[in-house]
Amino acid sequence: MKKHALVILGGLTLGGVAVFLVLMGNPGNYGVCIACMLRDITGALGLHKVAVVQYIRPEIIGIGLGATTAALATKEFRATGGSSPLLRFSLGFVGMIGMLVFLGCPVRTVLRLASGDLNAGIGLIGLIVGIIIGTMFLIRGFSLGRANKMSPPNGYIFPTFVIGLLIAAIMMPSFIFASKTGPGSMHAPLFISLVAGLIVGIFAQRSRICMAGGIRDIIFFKDFHLMYGFIAVFIAALVGNLLVGSFKLGFADQPLAHTDGLWNFLGMLLAGLTAVLLGGCPLRQLVAASEGNTDAVITVLGLIAGAAFAHNFGLAASPKGVPAAGQLAVILGLLFTIGLGFAVCRFRLEVK
Amino acid sequence: MKKIVDARGLSCPEPVILTRQALQEQGVKEIKVMLDNKVAVENVTRAAENLSWKVKVSGQSDNFLLELTK
Repeated sequence: MKKHALVILGGLTLGGVAVFLVLMGNPGNYGVCIACMLRDITGALGLHKVAVVQYIRPEIIGIGLGATTAALATKEFRATGGSSPLLRFSLGFVGMIGMLVFLGCPVRTVLRLASGDLNAGIGLIGLIVGIIIGTMFLIRGFSLGRANKMSPPNGYIFPTFVIGLLIAAIMMPSFIFASKTGPGSMHAPLFISLVAGLIVGIFAQRSRICMAGGIRDIIFFKDFHLMYGFIAVFIAALVGNLLVGSFKLGFADQPLAHTDGLWNFLGMLLAGLTAVLLGGCPLRQLVAASEGNTDAVITVLGLIAGAAFAHNFGLAASPKGVPAAGQLAVILGLLFTIGLGFAVCRFRLEVK
Repeated sequence: MKKIVDARGLSCPEPVILTRQALQEQGVKEIKVMLDNKVAVENVTRAAENLSWKVKVSGQSDNFLLELTK
């Protein structure tokens, strides 16, 4: 059990911090949702114009800086890149659309489930099916190819961007948008969010916790290591929600959720499939991006671009439901990703 | 029979997939795995130990060699 201690501790911290952040002002089950928070930052930078979801979430800044600090301290910070950057961007892009149709990343799926939101149970089944399909592509030889070592400045671009976000979050210049109403206006105090993010970032970097990886490794290798982290997030958030009285079992009237089962399922299926092909969920990508991995940076940029498109073109869901354009986008995203999977596997067979 | 797996530059979980494929081949008694990052070292070590192989790690920063023996 000792070798699992760090990932369990990381999971408990993530789940506990998530409930605490909601208590301090974040929207329901929004404690540490990487997809939602990247989407809010996208809006704060004016890359989408939906006024209710714009805020520079300091948690993301904290996770980035925490992971960079931990990676530098342990000499794990390395500038690498060149492993199919455009494919990574595209997979991040379509994955984000799936997550915004479900309304949450794999982390928020667990957090929503831990507060009794059964819609997230359907999302979780979709996530698992997506991961199974992704794993089948990996078994057939899917690979985004080798990354190479790069000159150090490559690795420091993303941390510099994160520091820029921090300055913007503190100074709040007039070109940065901040919601006056809606989910974007609900947030814990800046300093608390930042410190919470730092703690999560350090634990996430050290423990390599990954939600999609937890399910993947069980299917693939019968290795439960990352799953212990996944379960720890669930248990900590469940206990936290029961303690603060925010546990409510059911489908209807859950915070920032809709009850359209089919699209909860398919949205997360797309998220799970893309996460496996990318080698990790958005949290893991954010942490890797902060360790000098420029391929993960490209993926995060894909997530941000996906969020911008999802809101500028009315693809994202709302508690009212999933717009028709969003449904079409998920179908196209699935076709694209599955087609890409087959094409990459075929190329690999030919080069062998 | 000895075997070498070069998984440098590959991202999670590919190093584990390649190593497991090598471990499951008939007649393989010793495998050397070349890796370039700590996360892959941890993942390959865990996978090999789960299949009851012994793992010896050498190297540092971005150049690791794992020697796996039955």
